[in-house]
Amino acid sequence: MSMTTLPLVFINLGGEMLYILDQRLRAQKTAEDNTQKGIWSEDDRKRVMNDIIATMFNKAFMEELLKPQDVYSHRALRTVLTRLAHASIMRLNQASMDRLYELMVMAFKYQLLLCPRPRDLLLISYNHIDAIREFVRNTPSVLNQVDETHRKIIEVYTPLSDGELQLLRQTLLIFLQDMHVRVSFFLKDKVQNPNGRFVLSTTGPVPHGTEVPGLIRVFSRSGREIKRLEFPTEGNYTSSIRVGSFELFGDRVIRFGTNMYSATPPEETHTSKNYSQKTNSEPNPLAKEELNLLARLMGRMEILNQNNDSEIGFRVSLFSTEQEEKDIVASGRSGDPSFEVINIQATQDTQVNKELARIAGEFTKEVEEPEPPDGPSNKGEDLLTMMDELV
Amino acid sequence: MTFHAKVELSLWLQRTRDDLKMYHKEKSIQIKSSASALYNNLSVLRIAPRNLTYFSVVHANMVNMVSASWDGLNYSHRQLQSKEPNVTTSSSLIMQAAWCVLPYREILVLTSQKGIQMYESDGSIMVYWHALDTPETPTAQAVFARGIAAVRDKYICVGISSGSVLVFDVPSKGSNITLSEVLEEHKESITDMASECSGSLECIADLVSADDSGNLSVWKSGEDFQLLNKIPGFDMSCSSVKLWKGTVVAGYGTGQIRLYEAITGIIHAEINAHARWIYSLDIAPFSGLLLSAAEDSLVRVWHLTVTPETNSVEIVHMYNECVTDTQICGAKFCDGDGYAFAVTGYDLSEIIRYTQA
Repeated sequence: MSMTTLPLVFINLGGEMLYILDQRLRAQKTAEDNTQKGIWSEDDRKRVMNDIIATMFNKAFMEELLKPQDVYSHRALRTVLTRLAHASIMRLNQASMDRLYELMVMAFKYQLLLCPRPRDLLLISYNHIDAIREFVRNTPSVLNQVDETHRKIIEVYTPLSDGELQLLRQTLLIFLQDMHVRVSFFLKDKVQNPNGRFVLSTTGPVPHGTEVPGLIRVFSRSGREIKRLEFPTEGNYTSSIRVGSFELFGDRVIRFGTNMYSATPPEETHTSKNYSQKTNSEPNPLAKEELNLLARLMGRMEILNQNNDSEIGFRVSLFSTEQEEKDIVASGRSGDPSFEVINIQATQDTQVNKELARIAGEFTKEVEEPEPPDGPSNKGEDLLTMMDELV
Repeated sequence: MTFHAKVELSLWLQRTRDDLKMYHKEKSIQIKSSASALYNNLSVLRIAPRNLTYFSVVHANMVNMVSASWDGLNYSHRQLQSKEPNVTTSSSLIMQAAWCVLPYREILVLTSQKGIQMYESDGSIMVYWHALDTPETPTAQAVFARGIAAVRDKYICVGISSGSVLVFDVPSKGSNITLSEVLEEHKESITDMASECSGSLECIADLVSADDSGNLSVWKSGEDFQLLNKIPGFDMSCSSVKLWKGTVVAGYGTGQIRLYEAITGIIHAEINAHARWIYSLDIAPFSGLLLSAAEDSLVRVWHLTVTPETNSVEIVHMYNECVTDTQICGAKFCDGDGYAFAVTGYDLSEIIRYTQA
């Protein structure tokens, strides 16, 4: 089987890991007592991303990966990826790392399986690299490493034939065989069935280089086409779309490998729109009650959270509440929640926070601008701060 | 009613009457582990005297063998491991497993990253092991064996990732199998090989070998194999190939099937058959039914008519079966008439079967 799978494995799995870490760190505020120590500022987050990316795209590390070798075992791969994640000041607990690995791997399996042609695996990898480049665009030294690695990857993989790339894909599919972890994200989007298997569509554009099925052409002995027949295909295919760019920069066209965590989930968008509409007209008299209810609910969650948290400060539990674990990975494993999960819509949308702060401000008769979440000054602000910290 | 009219009627009926479909799904056979995404990942051996059919499906470093009685009551399983010369357990991945039918015996051949294993047909005894030349430190060029065919009375041919084809001389019994010849023609990895399966002795071409760039080589067997013809591939990988009544049927990564006259390389027909990479082709030699299966979840049945006197070849589409949410990796007829066929898919732990109504 293929001996050159590892660089692509790390770029794609590492890329997925970075997407998830980025999204979780943006949402994460781990302070229990409102001190600065536990809060992940934007600078902290950027620093974590930079450190991990710098390690991942380190020249020596990449050179090691580029040596011809069999793909690692799952255990070895997890160990290396954990080390990568810990290349920064961040520390992940075991449960978080387990969930993270499952999520990364299932995302990669989805991309591999649905990728239209084996060569598109390179475009998927380049999508990941493009996004990684964005994460470090303000750090020239790391950005340079990413560019160098990208050049090297292009150099190594472009000459491979379609057959060799298919062999590479087959090797990776064997590596990912029998993994059917259900991911809420995929289940919601209907790209994964409840049994954990991915949906394979029989409609859409054919891959580049493939013709739309349905035609038989018959030739004479001299090579002239003498007959055309059509046959029913049981699928609804259209012509292929344009090819993506395999260069250092360019439109990759296919969307596999782009950051699917960066988009706000539809139902939350829907919720926040409602709030804006209400506040545009006049202050909602029920808003204060809503805030109080939220505070009580979250107060309970906060108490429960204390059981989960390890040391404060630099430790991160990526999926810190059972609710969030369920939000991200619905694997149906036997990790029984030891407490009930309250299904509240803890907002992650700063727009909503601002609006709520404004409402709260009106009730306390303070005329001031909505403050950023970690500057508490009144009851409403306290509640909002707590909401932010627990999300 | 003319044949053509029968086909038209059949197609119309398929669409309107479920009970008049050409094939019906039968009870699946469960296998011990799921099928890997490999070309031609299903082999079938029909043992008429014992009312049994054997199936083999590759899973990573193992082959799942099932023996199924025709009354559907008895199933027995066996798993074979890939072999490595000096370790007890092996992680060497198997590329393909296939039965080779020779006049006096049937041999089960396994090809892996390390070498070629040959067993008695029930997998009970290994009769031969051939180690591949693997370099000390791995190179970027993968090393493996892939592509298996029994040729005429006594040869088993196996392809190699370098493009070479190994020809083994197999006695009518015993383990005195020897490497008779190495055919160096292909420059890319061998993907599949097929021998003339019509049973006709008039066909000059005995063997066709296919490679990763789609190039096909047509051979005549003998003490020294003779290259009869080369059919270029234009860099479209040919993943599965069959040879029947002097006609090469080739399935490509682009989803196309092409029919060529083996000796001359003249193209008879080109079919835009599938929307994804074709993984398996099979022909039922008595009826001329052709089976094609691809990553697009579809299995299609065609009917081939070859008239050697007029050098004409006709192909008609007969039937479609969609195996939902499955990338098919193996599809084979279970008998020489094409009365039944079986299918395997990546990550599926069953062999799905269909029989004619």
